[in-house]
Amino acid sequence: MSENKHKGKYYERFDAYSRFLHILVITSFISLAITGMIIKFSGIGIFQTLSDMLGGYEITGFIHRVAAVVTFLYFFLHIFYLTKKIRGRRTPFTSILKGENSLVFNKNDLTEFVQTMKWFVGKGPRPQYGRWTYWEKFDYWAVFWGVAVIGSSGLILWFPEFFTMLGMPGWFINIATIVHSDEALLAVGFIFTYHFFNTHFRPDKFPMDTVIFTGKVHIEELKEDRPRQYNLIMQDEELQKNFGDAPSPFLEKVSKIFGFTALSLGVLLIILIIYSMVFLYQ
Amino acid sequence: MKKYILTAAFIFSAALLNAQSKEDQVCLDCHGDKTLIAERNGKKVSMFVNGKEFAGSVHKDISCIGCHSDVNPDDLPHSENLAKVQCSTCHEQAVMHFERSLHGQALKKGKFLAPTCASCHGKHNILKSKNPKSQTYVTNTPALCGQCHKEGTPVAKLANVRERKALQDYSESIHGIGLYKSGLTVTAVCTSCHTSHDILPHENPLSTINRNNIAATCMQCHSQIERVHLKVIRGELWEKEPHKIPSCVDCHQPHKVRRVFYDLNYPDESCMNCHGQKDLTKIVDGKKVSLYVDINKFKNSVHNQNSCIKCHTNISPSKNPVCLNSGKVDCSICHASQVDDYKISIHGQKHYQGEKNAPYCNDCHSVHDVQSKKDISSSTFSRNVPELCGKCHREGLNIAMAIDQSNKGIIAHYKESIHGKGLIQSGLLVTATCVDCHSSHKELPKKDPHSTVNPKNIAATCAQCHLGVYEQFKKSIHSPDVTKTDKKLPVCNDCHLSHEINRVDLKDFRQNIMQQCGQCHKDVADTYFDTFHGKVSKLGSDGAARCSDCHGAHNILPVSNPYSTLSRANIIETCKTCHPNSNRKFVGYLTHATHHDRDKYPYLFFTFWFMVTLLVGTFTFFGIHTALWFPRAWKERKKIKEKIKESEKIDE
Repeated sequence: MSENKHKGKYYERFDAYSRFLHILVITSFISLAITGMIIKFSGIGIFQTLSDMLGGYEITGFIHRVAAVVTFLYFFLHIFYLTKKIRGRRTPFTSILKGENSLVFNKNDLTEFVQTMKWFVGKGPRPQYGRWTYWEKFDYWAVFWGVAVIGSSGLILWFPEFFTMLGMPGWFINIATIVHSDEALLAVGFIFTYHFFNTHFRPDKFPMDTVIFTGKVHIEELKEDRPRQYNLIMQDEELQKNFGDAPSPFLEKVSKIFGFTALSLGVLLIILIIYSMVFLYQ
Repeated sequence: MKKYILTAAFIFSAALLNAQSKEDQVCLDCHGDKTLIAERNGKKVSMFVNGKEFAGSVHKDISCIGCHSDVNPDDLPHSENLAKVQCSTCHEQAVMHFERSLHGQALKKGKFLAPTCASCHGKHNILKSKNPKSQTYVTNTPALCGQCHKEGTPVAKLANVRERKALQDYSESIHGIGLYKSGLTVTAVCTSCHTSHDILPHENPLSTINRNNIAATCMQCHSQIERVHLKVIRGELWEKEPHKIPSCVDCHQPHKVRRVFYDLNYPDESCMNCHGQKDLTKIVDGKKVSLYVDINKFKNSVHNQNSCIKCHTNISPSKNPVCLNSGKVDCSICHASQVDDYKISIHGQKHYQGEKNAPYCNDCHSVHDVQSKKDISSSTFSRNVPELCGKCHREGLNIAMAIDQSNKGIIAHYKESIHGKGLIQSGLLVTATCVDCHSSHKELPKKDPHSTVNPKNIAATCAQCHLGVYEQFKKSIHSPDVTKTDKKLPVCNDCHLSHEINRVDLKDFRQNIMQQCGQCHKDVADTYFDTFHGKVSKLGSDGAARCSDCHGAHNILPVSNPYSTLSRANIIETCKTCHPNSNRKFVGYLTHATHHDRDKYPYLFFTFWFMVTLLVGTFTFFGIHTALWFPRAWKERKKIKEKIKESEKIDE
């Protein structure tokens, strides 16, 4: 482990393409969440005020649809990214799915989950996490599921005449409303609480982990956090090419500003939602 | 034709022969001599009787002695002083009337100007009054009476100044013109009003021209006059309480009658002698009240054609001054129906109960400067009405406070309403003002079943202008004609409010609809808010469909009714107003769906609960996960920070 082997102490965890997509995810998701919740809780004064502040239901409706288009966009950009990556590798598709870089759940995730539970209750060490932990995989698939479910039901609500013309019964619009609304509540509730905690607010990362914006993680942090991945990197010359210098202070600053803005908006919205549901909603 | 002439000639000659009876011939032997004279009171009087004239008179069949009954034809020549002919032998009633008449009384008193029967009817040449040659024929009557009563005659000099020109006045009157210019023989002449024989002074209660009888006299010809005058006068009072209201001659002065009103009896100048003085006052209930009348204002008022005493009827020459304690003017003498309404109204009720704040006629119409409601300066001009009513009904003022605390800001709200803006800002005079809904004289509280704003009547009241809407409403499910129920059915002002009426295309009104319908249809209103339409509406959208956009506003019918906007035949068209590509499947959208009703909407119910389970499940799982993770991560935090620091030290 000589100094020359890795140029810097930072390892590139996310490439630029993925980071860009995540920015798209953040902006569109927060937009959708705020404008969507305004409709969901339209009977509650705070959300009515919020609607007025944003320029009224017409503007929020427009923002919601634009953000929806962005969502479909990043969804397809990501699919495009995946196919390109898979094609670029010579290994067969099935082994890719089972590999260390795969986000598909496997047996190891179950093992790690059990180990994690033991660690939580103090009956074992911290598991040797790899590149993707099981909760990260869950986050990933949650977005996949969410975009599919919320997206398709959203399209029905956006173009009800078109879908009914194709033969969809009218009451399905009502179903779509419930699914869209409650799935969105699930997504918003999950992302703004558990995702935020798991990746940013948990004490060892608090107040935020900027890796998703800078792409780079300190080697010691990686070693501590994901020992299995660290070991694999250390064994693979090819992967060590991903080591680099610390992100520029400017990027770090911008990341923090953007990140904190997003986090605050999310937290604020979740507080509003919880407050509304507990105190004001029937 | 020839036959007619022959027959007529025969009858005429026969009559002539017959008339010239032998007995009469005996009289004419002497009296046919034109030179026959007798001495009466030292004057020479001709005793000539024109036999031809007599033969043509109405009395031709009665021989001379039929009237001159004290002549014995067998004992001629008769005495020089025969008794006066007694017309009463045959004309009993006429003479009885004559004797009690002004003429007869004067005659009795020996007044030399007094007429006898003969003065009007002639002596031997009396003709039927239907004969145009007769002095008493209708067209000749004015001239006949005029012999004594025309201007300048000794009789005329005896009469009241105003009646000295009776004949001239008559000939200029509508009756006179009818008679002379148009040759109308049905026109009224002297005797039509004064009668032929029973001519009595107007003070006499039996006189046909007595105040109490004049109406009946005029109505001999003007039989429909009560109906004609209904708007200005309560006709039946002419018979019931003739003293209370102006009689025919008060407006249509005797002899001068025209279709226009004339100034009469007591001249206004006499009144103004006192009431023109600004310091004229009297004490009423210990308060000084000015009795000054600004004659200029009065002259510009709508009543300027009326003389003072037409309203102030209760004056009497026996009082000094004549108007002493004449009391309040009773407008009903002319404006009968309005006052009738007023008496029923809450204003009238309170006024007659002695409520001081209750307005009387003049509180709205003012006193002497009354203007027509069409006059822009009038307090009752439509644009001024809100301010007029506001004098009492504005917030904070006595009446408004007393009526109903919930009805605050009536005037302010009205001015902001569609009606108020139309009236005051746009100057639309057809806009409804206070009086259009509450009526101008018959205002009643809405609880009163006779009130125009009573829930039962309000639709008809609004229909005065909004007839089309009313016709739709009448057929709708909300109409009491259609739905028989004990529950309260909505009326116009339940949705449109009373004084706050808004334009229906404005946001405020559309926002309110949902609450308004929801007052009765709570369940569907609640479920409406669970749907997109309701949610967007709550955010202030005026574009999203409201109750009325689908169900109709005034023409609401049950969905089962084929004419309903939501019937199977119409629903697609209804949805198309917003959703142009609406189709049969699309309209299957459940606009009032709720996921809380398992039996009615099982799909929605189970979808909802599936979603809730998913939500709760995920949150519970990660809730526990996070709670357990937190203390571990706390320890981890220090470890990583230290390691990073160490590695950075190594670098250095």
